[in-house]
Amino acid sequence: MKIAVCVKQVVTRDWPLRINDSHTWVDDRDASFEMNEPDAYALEEALRLKEQHGGEVVVCSAGPPRVNQVIREALARGADRAIHVEAESLASADGAMVAEALAAPMEEEQFDLVLTGLQSDDQGFAQTGVVLAEFLSIPHATIIMEVQVGAGRVRVKRELEGGWFQWVSMSTPALLTIQSGINQLRYATLKGIMAAKKKEVRLVEPPAELARRQEILMLSVPERTKEIRLFDGAPAEAAGKLVQALKDDARVI
Amino acid sequence: MAINELHNDLRTAVRELCARFPDSYWRELDAREAYPEEFVKTLTNAGYLAALIPEELGGSGLGVAEASIVLEEVNRSGGNSAACHAQMYTMGTLLRHGSEEQRRHYLPKIASGDLRLQAFGVTEPTTGTDTTQMKTMAVRRGNHYVVNGQKVWISRVEHSDLMLLVVRTTPVEEVQKKTEGLSILLVDLRDAIGNGMTVNPIRAMINHATTEVFFDNLEVPVENRVGEEGKGFRYLLDGLNAERILIAAECVGDGRWFIERACRYAKDRVVFGRPIGQNQGIQFPIARAHVNVEAADLMRVRAADLFDDGQPCGAEANMAKLLAADASWEAANVTMQTYGGFGFAEEFDVERKFRETRLYQTAPISTNLILAFIGQHVLGLPRSF
Repeated sequence: MKIAVCVKQVVTRDWPLRINDSHTWVDDRDASFEMNEPDAYALEEALRLKEQHGGEVVVCSAGPPRVNQVIREALARGADRAIHVEAESLASADGAMVAEALAAPMEEEQFDLVLTGLQSDDQGFAQTGVVLAEFLSIPHATIIMEVQVGAGRVRVKRELEGGWFQWVSMSTPALLTIQSGINQLRYATLKGIMAAKKKEVRLVEPPAELARRQEILMLSVPERTKEIRLFDGAPAEAAGKLVQALKDDARVI
Repeated sequence: MAINELHNDLRTAVRELCARFPDSYWRELDAREAYPEEFVKTLTNAGYLAALIPEELGGSGLGVAEASIVLEEVNRSGGNSAACHAQMYTMGTLLRHGSEEQRRHYLPKIASGDLRLQAFGVTEPTTGTDTTQMKTMAVRRGNHYVVNGQKVWISRVEHSDLMLLVVRTTPVEEVQKKTEGLSILLVDLRDAIGNGMTVNPIRAMINHATTEVFFDNLEVPVENRVGEEGKGFRYLLDGLNAERILIAAECVGDGRWFIERACRYAKDRVVFGRPIGQNQGIQFPIARAHVNVEAADLMRVRAADLFDDGQPCGAEANMAKLLAADASWEAANVTMQTYGGFGFAEEFDVERKFRETRLYQTAPISTNLILAFIGQHVLGLPRSF
């Protein structure tokens, strides 16, 4: 089975976020980066499917040269080779732009299964996977908890609201967006890191016409506001005023 | 792949592995004085302790620079490399001086973790660092050496399958130079313990699995001697530079752990209406400790580069160990002071790491002996001891 896994490089979760001067993205010049968490679970699921059913796992990523870091990490964990659609303009691109950038080289490969993370830790639109499925003209299912592979079909467990699940059967090729935490991530071994050096990373240019479809107008950090009101008077009287304020102003009781 | 990329990938991977062994894991082991079996197994299975073993013998054939990154990251994560660092470098003696047969027999199993070689019996109760005066004797009888004597502060014996043992094969009175007449034997602990070898654990200030060991007519096959008879002291010195650099990296890891914790606490802890880190009395010592840790790291990197390039690096390796041990100890003290009373509470881990990093002032080599080495061999001053 030929499996593609799309991975995104995002700013490390514990990095102190700073917004850039134009308030359109974070100022990530001195940030450290890591693999988008749901993508790590998608990669793990792909590696497990390969172990069960044979085949190969190809890592696909769209982004500036620095994205090579997460590609190497995926190769060190056991992916066989990689496709890197490389362009500076892909940094902080929207989901549709990333999907369009990935679509052409991925279509050539004729993958049986394409796995992506459910959403990204930075933008969180959960769009790249589903838009990519449209570009590749294959069916998709989202928020996947479990994958069972049969001949020409996959049976997948989706997570719904309120603790409900749904099983869906679909024909392959198909695209699945994987939920975080569905498996136990493996470690990169030292031999894996060394072996990754010898694996193929195919650099691809994005389509010439590629452009953003979505523009971030403004990012802002939620401001913490604090208001303290003191109620004077005798205890009973102050308590009465407090109850009134909680009812009328704060509307919490 | 560029060197920096490899180093970054290594750091990321080891950090991720260590993140699954949080503070509470090490704290709980410390309370029970128990060995971090699961951690050591995980690190071994992922191949990191075989970094220095050549590829054709099952390892990754990397340099001391890479190996040192592994140990640094373990200590930086809040763990303690001392539980297993010797698995990384004790084999160096076997690699450099063992016979081809010994290398092919043991090293692939050490690389895979099927065999643990992480005990090195050198120190004795009456001789300390004056190694050539050691009393443990091995007398040859036919195909065996018969060993009698005693060693102390021998760590991880209970968690090893094999131990390298330094013995006198010729009494000191019968050699021209006192550095002659020492030999190195590879002891198979699985056979030896209970058959001429007795191990007594020593309860110590830190969870270090250290022991005292007694030999009473222990028989070791002659084929288990590493290298030539009588040349053991030279073999011993050969491994020291790598060890110094690796230990320096552990100290840097500790130092960075302390600085991170101190900064976090100094920002969060509010007293007299403001974070204590706003007070110069708190902030400046943390800043100074950070400066010293980073400076020590430069010497460690310099020493590792020279070592991996095959250049002499005795001065740099020793200076790196001294600077890094001092810097981690300074950072430990500063962090303890920043935490105030909470530094003494086990649940913050500062007191545990404080105890652990104190060891590097004393072991594997006392700070004074590094100064003596620098004075005599680097600066050409008269021998001071």
